[in-house]
Amino acid sequence: MRFGVVVFPGSNCDTDAYHAIKDVAGVQCEHVWHTTTDLSGFDAIVLPGGFSYGDYLRCGALARFSPVMESLYGFVEKGRLVIGICNGFQVLLEAGLLPGAMLANDVLEFRCQWVNLKVENNKTPFTLLYDPGEVIRFPIAHGEGNYYAEPDVLDELERTGRVVLRYVDGSGRPTREANPNGAARNIAGIINEKGNVLGLMPHPERCAESILGGEDGRRVFLSMIKSLESGALASR
Amino acid sequence: MTGIPETASWREMGLKDKEYELIKERLGREPNYTELGMFAVLWSEHCAYKHSKHLLRTLPTKGARVLVGPGENAGVVDIGDNLACAFKIESHNHPSAVEPYQGAATGIGGIVRDILAMGARPVVLLDSLRFGPPDDPRSRFLFGGVVSGIAGYGNCLGIPTVGGEVFFARPYALNPLVNVFCGGIMKHEDLHKGQAYGVGNVVMVVGHSTGRDGIHGCTFASDVLDEDSESKRPNVQVGDPFMEKLLIEACLEMMARGAVVGIQDMGAAGITSSCAETAARAGTGLVIDVGKVPMREEGMNAYEVMLSESQERMLLIVSPQKVHEVKSIGAKWGLNVAEIGRVTDSGKLQVFHDGVEEASIPVSLLAMGSPEYTPEAREPEYLRETRELDSGSVRAPEFPEMKDILLKLLGSPNIASKEPIFRQYDHMVRTDTVEGPGQGAAVVRVKGTKKGLVFTTDCNGRLVYLNPKGGAAWAVTEAALNVAVTGAKPLAITNCLNFGSPENPEIYWQLKEAVQGMAEACQALDTPVTGGNVSLYNETEGEAVYPTPIVGMLGLCEDIEKRITPGFKRSGDVVAVLGKVWGDTRSLSGSEYLEVVHGMVAGDPREPDLNLARGIIEVLTEGARDGLFGSAQDLSEGGLLVALAESCIHAEDGATGCVVSPKALGCGGREDVRADAMLFGESNTAVVVSFPEDVDEQVAALCRRHGVPLSVIGRVDESVVAVETCGGQRVLEVPIAEIAGAYARGLETALKR
Repeated sequence: MRFGVVVFPGSNCDTDAYHAIKDVAGVQCEHVWHTTTDLSGFDAIVLPGGFSYGDYLRCGALARFSPVMESLYGFVEKGRLVIGICNGFQVLLEAGLLPGAMLANDVLEFRCQWVNLKVENNKTPFTLLYDPGEVIRFPIAHGEGNYYAEPDVLDELERTGRVVLRYVDGSGRPTREANPNGAARNIAGIINEKGNVLGLMPHPERCAESILGGEDGRRVFLSMIKSLESGALASR
Repeated sequence: MTGIPETASWREMGLKDKEYELIKERLGREPNYTELGMFAVLWSEHCAYKHSKHLLRTLPTKGARVLVGPGENAGVVDIGDNLACAFKIESHNHPSAVEPYQGAATGIGGIVRDILAMGARPVVLLDSLRFGPPDDPRSRFLFGGVVSGIAGYGNCLGIPTVGGEVFFARPYALNPLVNVFCGGIMKHEDLHKGQAYGVGNVVMVVGHSTGRDGIHGCTFASDVLDEDSESKRPNVQVGDPFMEKLLIEACLEMMARGAVVGIQDMGAAGITSSCAETAARAGTGLVIDVGKVPMREEGMNAYEVMLSESQERMLLIVSPQKVHEVKSIGAKWGLNVAEIGRVTDSGKLQVFHDGVEEASIPVSLLAMGSPEYTPEAREPEYLRETRELDSGSVRAPEFPEMKDILLKLLGSPNIASKEPIFRQYDHMVRTDTVEGPGQGAAVVRVKGTKKGLVFTTDCNGRLVYLNPKGGAAWAVTEAALNVAVTGAKPLAITNCLNFGSPENPEIYWQLKEAVQGMAEACQALDTPVTGGNVSLYNETEGEAVYPTPIVGMLGLCEDIEKRITPGFKRSGDVVAVLGKVWGDTRSLSGSEYLEVVHGMVAGDPREPDLNLARGIIEVLTEGARDGLFGSAQDLSEGGLLVALAESCIHAEDGATGCVVSPKALGCGGREDVRADAMLFGESNTAVVVSFPEDVDEQVAALCRRHGVPLSVIGRVDESVVAVETCGGQRVLEVPIAEIAGAYARGLETALKR
């Protein structure tokens, strides 16, 4: 089983994701340079956090034109797993692999803090090791994580269980106070229709070890590994 | 000095008449305009340390762990396991005073490149900031700009901002201080230096193209601010953090491939300083063709190219065989890489443009030939007044007032939580931040080892103002205690000396005294100075900042799992003070309490007890190794009661209160003791710890062994901070909810007022 972590110019959570996958989750992992066009050797691809191309235009707007993104469409088509974290989520939105867009945080500031998340759907390859409705703690670190989509798109996401993670308070309620950036319906993470592309603003790789203040994030990678072991690998 | 025209160009460039005469004499001729500009920037106070060099020589710089001391781009300290830490602090005060966002942003960029130039990967940032009062509109503007500049630049780089401090006081209103600290990690064999060795080697520039921005930035930074300072805005450079991120990765890759002989940041004074310094350190010369420097503007002349302070550029010295490799790595990262010259044995920096020699100056004269000044030093007048502080001049509050005083202090912007600031900084990227901002020191793990690096910046300028020597010693001591309360051993410091104009005898006296106090403390605590920066002329219309010698300290935690944290851990644990709490009127000198409650900045603060501090550090590090302590928190702004409140705020659930009786501090019988000084007094060499009752004999023995007084003052109990008298009467009780609320909301409230 091989994971690949894409490195765009300006990615800065690439080594963190690599560490969480290779050293913590314990599977093979490689950095994938943004000009790579052959992803055939990988079972899962991570688009990491950071500031691809400085995010000087719109977050992720330039990265989505990277050569590696061309091959990513085929990779997704084949049903392999793609997870976009923070800037990676923004790239997935720009690339049209997930619906919606990101606005600046409603507080108009960058926010780096711990948040509570509710696992709204644990029947995905990324969340299968969480309990349904479990409240978990992840860090966020972004200036533009205010998820936006048209109401009918949001309704469709809700209806089809594609809202995977939501910002909540300690007891699991999606309150205004628990929403760190103004995201529509407190949405923190969504999945594509096919169920193999997850985008999320919070950082699972930053909470994969207890010494960092929490290890709720580790199960995202372990879920991916488990789901790959139990089937996806065969379709390779 | 007849014959020198009033409009002499060297004066406009910041050189004094006698300096110009010296240049002529040493050069044996009149310098041309380009050469004059090069002298002006390299002989500026900012680059040449004309007023401070002889003082800096008195600082201890040697130590068993010091691999590289002052004089290079940054100090380097051995941390074991064949690893080393490069670290340095630097100021960006003047640019931040006129253009706070870019001033702070490019300050980060510069210090990061200094660490990179040593061959280290930059892994942490800390910021030490000083502003005027938060209710002052100008201060608020500067504060907002600086914080967003740090966030905008630092977050993009993927280097966590793990700590620092912010202090608000009137003297910083027009002259904010923006000191930025960067630390990096490398293997011993990856150490690089800014030295242009090897005649025939190629001089290359990598990174951003060169424009007309920032010309004479360091001359600007070597003058006082005045009503014209606004017009200096074009002297401030503009940062491009994306370019910096690419530059970091590219340079690390070039160095890892062994392609780099010498490397140097192009910061202040740009190509001129980087060329002159690398050649001077190696005893070589350089010949440069400015026409080969990648430029972003048309028609730049030699003067402009040599003096540009365009950001995100590094100078590389590369052997001819490796030029191709350096270029291909640069191309991979999408960076300009250009050959601009060669290393020679001429001992000169020769600058050509279109085949014409534009400058030819001995590098030793440029980089090391500036005059040194020892101006007159005179004890400031104000001290006569401020030293007068007797018990009668401060009304002693009754106990019922103490609750409000505690809440007021916790809500004071200097003590209150800085979360509204640090939540704007990415402090977790790299997944090594084990103890982040919001505590005395940050603890960062070193992957692949059991170790943790501990970083802090400290200096209470108010104490230095009232007692420059003692205050500077306090900066070192407080940093060392901040490191030690994590259980780590203080290793070394970097400093940034922020003062007014050294040409004012009173300011120069402050500087001289402060350096002496710092030297004594560093000597006593065995924390050599490995480098740093001096920022003078921090004044506007004769109003100088508080003398602020900021200390950035590195500590080493041998086993990160055994670190100590500030919060109480278990209900029932013993609460004790290591060290001495004076509790007398003098200990109110320069305290936050005296200013916030009584509106006074006065007194003559005691110097730290350095022997005692040394003992406390031993007790904490040994105690941590043996797992004795549940928590440790040093006494600083706000004194004993604020330290106790902070241990409650950071406590584990169920251990959020404490009940103490300060009688046990051994000051019961003394006449000069007063309750407010006992609870809120400062300049105490002391730490509050908690530990389980069953280890109290061990703790007592440890303290005896190191000659450290141990006073058990109470218990972790209830969810209040309560104080009882000798007779057991409860005279003060503050619910934790109120304490936490005042602490959490203080800064935001002050900024909205």
